[in-house]
Amino acid sequence: MPQVTYIEHDGTEHRIALEEGLSVMRGAVDNGVPGIDADCGGECACATCHVYVDEAWLAKTGAPGEQEASMLSFAATAQPNSRLSCQITMTPALDGLVVRLPEAQH
Amino acid sequence: MNAPVNPASDAWTTPLDQLDPSHPARFQDHSMWPYFERLRREAPVHHSTTSPLFGPYWSVTKYKDIMAVEVNHRQFSSDSGHGGISIRDRPKDLRLPMFIAMDPPRHDEQRKVVQPIVAPGNLAKLEGIIRERAGRILDGLPRGETFNWVEHVSIELTVQMLATLFDFPFEDRRKLSFWSDCATAVPEAGGFIDSEEKREQVFAECLAYFTELWNQRVNAEPRPDLISMLAHGEATRTMSPREYLGNLILLIVGGNDTTRNSISGGVLFLNQTPGEYAKLRANPGLIESMVPEIIRYQTPLAHMRRTAVEDVELGGQRIRAGDKVVMWYISGNRDPEAIEEPERFIIDRKRPRQHLSFGFGIHRCVGNRLAELQLKILWEEILRRFERVEVVGEPKRVFSSFIHGITDLPVRIPA
Repeated sequence: MPQVTYIEHDGTEHRIALEEGLSVMRGAVDNGVPGIDADCGGECACATCHVYVDEAWLAKTGAPGEQEASMLSFAATAQPNSRLSCQITMTPALDGLVVRLPEAQH
Repeated sequence: MNAPVNPASDAWTTPLDQLDPSHPARFQDHSMWPYFERLRREAPVHHSTTSPLFGPYWSVTKYKDIMAVEVNHRQFSSDSGHGGISIRDRPKDLRLPMFIAMDPPRHDEQRKVVQPIVAPGNLAKLEGIIRERAGRILDGLPRGETFNWVEHVSIELTVQMLATLFDFPFEDRRKLSFWSDCATAVPEAGGFIDSEEKREQVFAECLAYFTELWNQRVNAEPRPDLISMLAHGEATRTMSPREYLGNLILLIVGGNDTTRNSISGGVLFLNQTPGEYAKLRANPGLIESMVPEIIRYQTPLAHMRRTAVEDVELGGQRIRAGDKVVMWYISGNRDPEAIEEPERFIIDRKRPRQHLSFGFGIHRCVGNRLAELQLKILWEEILRRFERVEVVGEPKRVFSSFIHGITDLPVRIPA
């Protein structure tokens, strides 16, 4: 299974194997990675599964869609490499993906 | 005065096409629950044409349908020009522009001006202030006698917070809860606000007071309080007085009623479920998951309203352009298809934040984490001091189908 590395704001790393087709948000929530709230459960409607995609992976994860960009624009700590992790679906091409978590999800 | 409404038992016998769950009296006596239960089962997207107060409107009562409306802000408008965000249509000339009642792009621009007040860094700064004040309020409570928790704790803590966010003169802070209550009062309730004229008089006083604050702040360096942020914000510094008033009312009501009623609700729910109260005392770490559960269970805003701007299909029903669409959060939060055992108050749910009380999509409550923070700190301080806060009488509730609130909660803290 492809793997994702989640790096918490304090630097703690979590490497999680994630089934293809699942979202990067799901991988964090189902495996108890702290720092992803995912209040809306993956509807792209709350911006509490915000992550920073490692620069090296940006081309592969692609750009946020319209709804996602609009939700992200209300995240206090958004940066150009911000994504909502519920909108990144695992594929073999994303094996090794690295995402960092913001200080807080609001 | 209060119009008579049918008793709760009629929820199952009234013909569906005559069903109207919206009457404020139902929310005051809590007879609305079976109406929503029936709608969720038999007509999850339902058109009502019999409301004596609000005219024809659609009720959306299931979690997933509400979510569908929430994320579809293009077809379901919040704009005050269409009627805004609550079931009551205000007279056209009295409508208040405010960013919750705007669509993009104006909504986005104005919201972003005030959003930094609840950024992570600022919340961290507020934490100490909230703890100190919560402690002081709790230490001042009487022991061994009955008092109104709403008045002494819920209102006091929330107005103190709001005064800080506005950098509002502290000694005048009760004006904030007064204005908030006036803004949301239902004229048919027979209270102080018995007409729109009366409400406008109060609004004029509120605006005059805040205009003075604006003038002080606009002529000073920008500071991290809401008035200064509005006065200096690119998207807000040229607002009309009416728009300033609208946004003030939004921030005042948003910071007041919701947290206030969740603070009161928490005490009530724990008293109704002694097993949960015992669990909490044994493990104060459960405050973390209890807080969102309180907010779900109370659902301090019973609904938000949208207006369809084009014909749209929802739950098999054809909603027409111009129709009023009411998302009943209070019903979606009790939808068994979305939330396990939704009728129960359970302080250690697995996914407690999956509830509709803050809304979803671009209008999701800007202060949600601040609200949670206030509740969390308050409960930490309560548990540190009191073995029990006992509810010793029936709660009195607000006559409103928008604000789902408690005005009186008689309690006693054992001496």
